[in-house]
Amino acid sequence: MKAPKVLILRAAGTNCELETLNAFKAVGGNPELVDIAAFKNPKMRVLNYDLCVIPGGFSYGDDVGAGRIFANRIKLYLRDLKNFVRMGRPVIGICNGFQVLVKAGLLPCVPSGEQTAGFTVNDSGRFEARWVHLRINSQSSCLFFKGLPEMIELPVAHGEGKFVLKSPRHLEELKRNKSIALQYVADDGKLAGYPYNPNGSIFNIAGLSNPEGNCLGLMPHPERFTAIHHHPNWTRQTFMKAAVGLEMFRNAVEYCR
Amino acid sequence: MSTLAAAQPQALSALDDEELAFNTRDARSLRELSARRLWSFNDAELAAIQAHFKAAKREPTLAEIETLAQTWSEHCKHKVFNGRIRYSGPAGCGSSKKTSMIKSLFEETIVKATKRVQKPWCLSVFKDNAGVVSMGPGSRWALAFKVETHNHPCAIEPYGGAETGVGGVIRDVLGVGLGAKPVLGTDVFCLAPPSYAGALPEGTLAPARTLRGVVAGVRDYGNRMGIPTAGGGMWFDEGFRLNPLVFVGTVGVLPASAVKKEVKPGDLIVAAGGRTGRDGLHGATFSSAALGEDAPASAVQIGHALNEKRLLDALMAARDQRLYRSLTDCGAGGFSSAIGEMAASGGALVRLEEAPLKASDLQPWEIWLSESQERMILAVPPKNLKALQEVFAATGCETAVLGQFTRTGRLVVKHHEETVVDLDVKFLHKGLPKVERAAVWEAPKSAAAKTPSPKRKPAETLRLALSHLNVCSREWIIRQYDHEVQAGTIIKPLQGVRHDGPGDACVIWPQAATLDWASHAGFAVSHGLNPSYGKADPYRMALACADEALRNLLCVGADVSRAAFLDNFCWGSPDEPSRLGALVRAAQGCHDAAVGFGVPFISGKDSFHNQSRDVDGRQLAVPGTLLISALAPVLDVRKALTMDVKGPGNGLYLVGSTSEELGGSLYAELEGFSGGAIPQVDPRTALQSFRAVQAAIAKGLVLSAHDLSEGGLAVAVAEMCFSGEFGATIDLDEVPHKGSIYSNEVLLFSESQSRLLLEVGPEKEAAFLRLAKGCARRIGATVANPVLKVIGLDGIVALEEPLSALKTAWQAPLPEALR
Repeated sequence: MKAPKVLILRAAGTNCELETLNAFKAVGGNPELVDIAAFKNPKMRVLNYDLCVIPGGFSYGDDVGAGRIFANRIKLYLRDLKNFVRMGRPVIGICNGFQVLVKAGLLPCVPSGEQTAGFTVNDSGRFEARWVHLRINSQSSCLFFKGLPEMIELPVAHGEGKFVLKSPRHLEELKRNKSIALQYVADDGKLAGYPYNPNGSIFNIAGLSNPEGNCLGLMPHPERFTAIHHHPNWTRQTFMKAAVGLEMFRNAVEYCR
Repeated sequence: MSTLAAAQPQALSALDDEELAFNTRDARSLRELSARRLWSFNDAELAAIQAHFKAAKREPTLAEIETLAQTWSEHCKHKVFNGRIRYSGPAGCGSSKKTSMIKSLFEETIVKATKRVQKPWCLSVFKDNAGVVSMGPGSRWALAFKVETHNHPCAIEPYGGAETGVGGVIRDVLGVGLGAKPVLGTDVFCLAPPSYAGALPEGTLAPARTLRGVVAGVRDYGNRMGIPTAGGGMWFDEGFRLNPLVFVGTVGVLPASAVKKEVKPGDLIVAAGGRTGRDGLHGATFSSAALGEDAPASAVQIGHALNEKRLLDALMAARDQRLYRSLTDCGAGGFSSAIGEMAASGGALVRLEEAPLKASDLQPWEIWLSESQERMILAVPPKNLKALQEVFAATGCETAVLGQFTRTGRLVVKHHEETVVDLDVKFLHKGLPKVERAAVWEAPKSAAAKTPSPKRKPAETLRLALSHLNVCSREWIIRQYDHEVQAGTIIKPLQGVRHDGPGDACVIWPQAATLDWASHAGFAVSHGLNPSYGKADPYRMALACADEALRNLLCVGADVSRAAFLDNFCWGSPDEPSRLGALVRAAQGCHDAAVGFGVPFISGKDSFHNQSRDVDGRQLAVPGTLLISALAPVLDVRKALTMDVKGPGNGLYLVGSTSEELGGSLYAELEGFSGGAIPQVDPRTALQSFRAVQAAIAKGLVLSAHDLSEGGLAVAVAEMCFSGEFGATIDLDEVPHKGSIYSNEVLLFSESQSRLLLEVGPEKEAAFLRLAKGCARRIGATVANPVLKVIGLDGIVALEEPLSALKTAWQAPLPEALR
């Protein structure tokens, strides 16, 4: 069977693309790094790919807001990305990539395409890198989480990761259409405050998907948990045996086949 | 900072060549001119330049003098380490005093040791921007490692200074061989305690502000570059209150086939990266002099991480297509140093009007000397120019052809029609007159050789030790660094059940740089530093630093038989004979450590004039500080080790022997006494036990390992226990020791070197002892109850503390100090 073509979309300041590339190769994908500028060429079509990844980093230095410039360029050069999502092909935005998806109006998925959410500086006021416990929403049908246990662990590393919504009614909407894919929790699985919720996100939201579950944005970094030796406690061997991030990518690649 | 601004216009005002009248000035007038222009020349250098131009029968231009000032600066030429030193004091570990002439301290200690240990896996030492070693037996990859300081800029502007320090050392690694991809950042800070409340002279920043600033600078630059900052440390001493030390390091990965570089006549000089502006003039000369209130603000550069990231991405693509033949970074001295260095064997013709500028009104000499950041110089064969320009344009990185390398033996720099520099490259690089300095070393007389009886109970002393700033948790700093980007941080700086215990070293699996998912080869990096020992005995300090750095590597499962060292010396003015004597002793210690452990030095750096006038007008120099950084391959990162106790019922083995060595120790500071023996290292014995421990770890016989450093056995066992959340009971009567020791405190807090604490499962103890019988002894066991219990020499419980109290003491200080 042909390996699905994975587009890893990069821009100046993207910095998690190579480990993402390695991970997609490891699960049988055929990843390709492409700079957003290449899509100025009308012959380059996002629809030529089976799967699209927007990796983490500080695109364009995060000047004028995290992910803002990258998102504008996507709106300009990658108009087909909306169709790509509509056709059910998997899209994942990680950390800065999540911020890009939100600022490009792809997540949360609202019919008008209006931006109803955003990110602001962590409640702690600092960039923070730590591993967090996450609960996968059992009602969400997000394809990336197929077969994974409800509770998982992944690392976060960001300064501007506090997810906020324009109004409380948008939260109700997200709950109603099962878009909340991932929440920060304590090790007992309950919603909890800092440091379990590392940034103060509303309703502990760590990841969102579209209602169909093929487009996912998340602040944690699945590409940093693609071998069991990435887990901070691997020398204690008291954690789940599967590398969660690798399984998420495998799900997406398998889905494309 | 008002004094800084006021000093500028006069100091840096334009001066045309007529006014310069260099050849006709007398020595005094030259000295004044040199001071006013921040050239930092000494009299002999000024005379040599004057003689050179008198012989050439012409006046030098301003740009020529500036070029010489940068190239001949201490920062670039390491005149102290390469100069002659008339030294009077002991040699090696002996104590008999002799007077000798050292022709070059660098050649006679560091280089000599590296030549003597002769390791074939050293691929490039002391020549390039960084040292280069092979990544492991048969590996097609090499590791480049460089650690630098950025002390002077960080004293004036901590955030910007730290940022550009990180940016600079990253470019060093980008410019090593044909370019290495940075895969790890490290940082070590030496500062005054944030709570320091004494008076500070005008213009000196409060220590807490400096700490916040440098952490933020390292964070913002390192994180934006996508390089994990996963190694480092900190040291607090009031002696750093006027001159903080900021060490930044980078490890890069490059193909072993890309270590060699050469410049050929006819190659184009291509500048790539950021534009040239007025920021960062006179950085090299500025950092080669004592800090005064008239230090110019423009001597600190301005960092822009995104530009450097673009440069990094473009360079890696161009390297893999072999589009250039050589490269170097623009650091101190800017174009003048970078092009001057690359033209050293042939010559160059440079056209400054081609350089992309930030401001159009720059003087030619300013373009030539500016230290604007994020710039590299490449030597590009003309046929590759178009392809190279395309690669760089694709990442949005600017390039400009500045001229051509030649074989004329002259460095010629033009600005439109005007020739601003025409220098003989031989004179530029070899014309520097050697200085001779005097150095004397006499060991300070220690008053109390006997350890006074303790003032406190051991439990209280342990809590105080754990909450000392030199021991306490660095989590507040580490969490601000993205220490896992590139998904290769297999052993993290924070370890244990709750990911918050103090790791000895980090282990990196550079999969994102090699793109080799199947190979599990990696490397570990650690540091050793202890200025307290150096105050009494710089020779022993050097050995202790080397020993500690190696033990840290050992604790994570690295192959220390293939370890390599870097040295970083930070001293005050070398013109003070006793201070220079201390430097000589430290360098001798480095030599003996390298030879004794069989570990080569592969690169290093020195920084002098770390001194300023305090409020009373006296010169206050930093304590002579040596940072030894160590790098070693980890053959299989999946066999690495952490320091947290893994479970109850396991044996605790102490490797090495304890002596009454409390000189310069944390215990001595807490108890308020001075004197005592500085820990002494016997590399031969140490190496035997290191080999046994390494073999045991490789066989999977060890569950956790931690080194004994500040605070000795007590601190080490406490850290292992609270990180693993299991208690331990140890019996001091079982601790192997030299000489008669009748004090629990000495056994608990002595800082004898070469010691490690290992946890071994009961089923593996027999096998472990077969390997480590001669060097390790079981001193206790781990228990499920989260309490640390120590049985004293008299058989009575000397210390019994819940782990939660110990951990709280260890975690509280830094967040509190920076609240």
